[in-house]
Amino acid sequence: MRWTERAWAVLAAGVLAGMQAAAQQPPPAPAAPQTRFVVVLDAAHGGGDSGARLADGQLEKNVTLALSVRLRSLLGARGFWVVTTRESDAAVDPDKRAGIANHARAQACLVLHATQSGSGVHLFASSLPPALRTGDSNLPMGAAAASPVRIPAWKTAQAGWVTRSLALMGVLNSSLLQAGMNVTLARIELPGLESMTCPAVAVEVAPELGADKKIAAGPDDEDYQARVAAALAAALVEDRAEAHPL
Amino acid sequence: MIPRYQKILFGALLVTSVAMGVALWQLRERAHERLIAGQNSAPTQAPEVAPAEQATLLVANDSDGSLMAQTHSLPLPADPEARAQALLGSLLDLYAAPGATHPVSGGASSVLQVFLLPAPALRGVVSPNGQPKFPASGSGSSIAGGKDSGGAGSSASAGTPPGSPSENDEQTGPQLAVVNLSSGFANNHPSGIETEMLTLLSICGTLHANLPRIAQVRFLVDGQPRSTLAGHMDLTRTYLTEDAAQTEGQQP
Repeated sequence: MRWTERAWAVLAAGVLAGMQAAAQQPPPAPAAPQTRFVVVLDAAHGGGDSGARLADGQLEKNVTLALSVRLRSLLGARGFWVVTTRESDAAVDPDKRAGIANHARAQACLVLHATQSGSGVHLFASSLPPALRTGDSNLPMGAAAASPVRIPAWKTAQAGWVTRSLALMGVLNSSLLQAGMNVTLARIELPGLESMTCPAVAVEVAPELGADKKIAAGPDDEDYQARVAAALAAALVEDRAEAHPL
Repeated sequence: MIPRYQKILFGALLVTSVAMGVALWQLRERAHERLIAGQNSAPTQAPEVAPAEQATLLVANDSDGSLMAQTHSLPLPADPEARAQALLGSLLDLYAAPGATHPVSGGASSVLQVFLLPAPALRGVVSPNGQPKFPASGSGSSIAGGKDSGGAGSSASAGTPPGSPSENDEQTGPQLAVVNLSSGFANNHPSGIETEMLTLLSICGTLHANLPRIAQVRFLVDGQPRSTLAGHMDLTRTYLTEDAAQTEGQQP
């Protein structure tokens, strides 16, 4: 037998032995459950898209960025893993925002807006009907009739998370009410929000009215922003405690 | 020495110039008087060509984010498209009035046209109970107010492809309203999710409350598609009037 034939025989025997050993090995243990709680903060608008013009000439894009930075600090101090869609005055496409949120595999996504109309804080969840997600057994009876969604369509990807988005909206509502704020709730179709595969709520900060029904603090008021951010952070702490009870 | 004929010619030209100047001045004065007279005779209000009727307007309120039905007595034309335009004009006049609960400038002139077309079937759109909101053809829906119960679906021709409106659908089936707004209205609309949503829902709700066959609404601005109303609410999609009707009297 030539030396090359001997080498091939040894190699084949090694491969066979390796395959046998692999077959006898126990299956790999399932991956450890995700312990970190990821929150995506999406400061709306940016760049050439200024958003609303507020009463004192402030632009919505600046107010949402300031609120995002404030909230990121609060959440970071409470042990959350925070992902933001923008950190500067940059234009970010709604689809890219949703892409960032989806890649982060977040447990909560907050889309931050500000307006001069209305009062208090407006919370919006998607108006899509709930759809069944693969492996999701925590859905209401009505949703169970819907067909299972294996690969969600981009524009209606939020449908699989609507139930959890509504639950998150409820937690945020309770916390904001507890902080003494006027809250309105609604369900709408909002570009970007509909494509997020996470519990997602749009938070729109409107002026705070005083007892005389006049504006006491605008959305750009630092003290008002701090109170809104604190209430949102407290809500997320509660949501995390419900998701991962000790 | 100037020849005599030149003096005469110069004098004639001078007299002609002065006469033409006087005539021009008089024509200008007459034109000015006609213009003023025309302005004075212009109607300050649209002529009421139809008797007043009770109409329901879904009026938005920014303070609590609600839509409330209000009954108004309005002169409404018989033609459905003109009727829809008059209804929306009255609604936007309320928003343009001082002290409005949902202040938006523009008024009635912001609604350029309203077109009514047979509503196409919306594939994949389902209501919260999992049922299709708009069946493919003439099978009746809650939007049509039960008007199709006379067998509209059974009378549809067998050769009609799914989703295309039959003749019977055009008479009694659900309609799509295309509302053409002015760019001035959209450009001056307050920016914000809630305020934009309330404007669109109140328009959809008002149309459905008075013209129940209107099941879907699409928006144009100066005849062109526009991405958002004022930076937030999507104007490229079709709005379902059923959604606005469900939010009446409550927060959306």
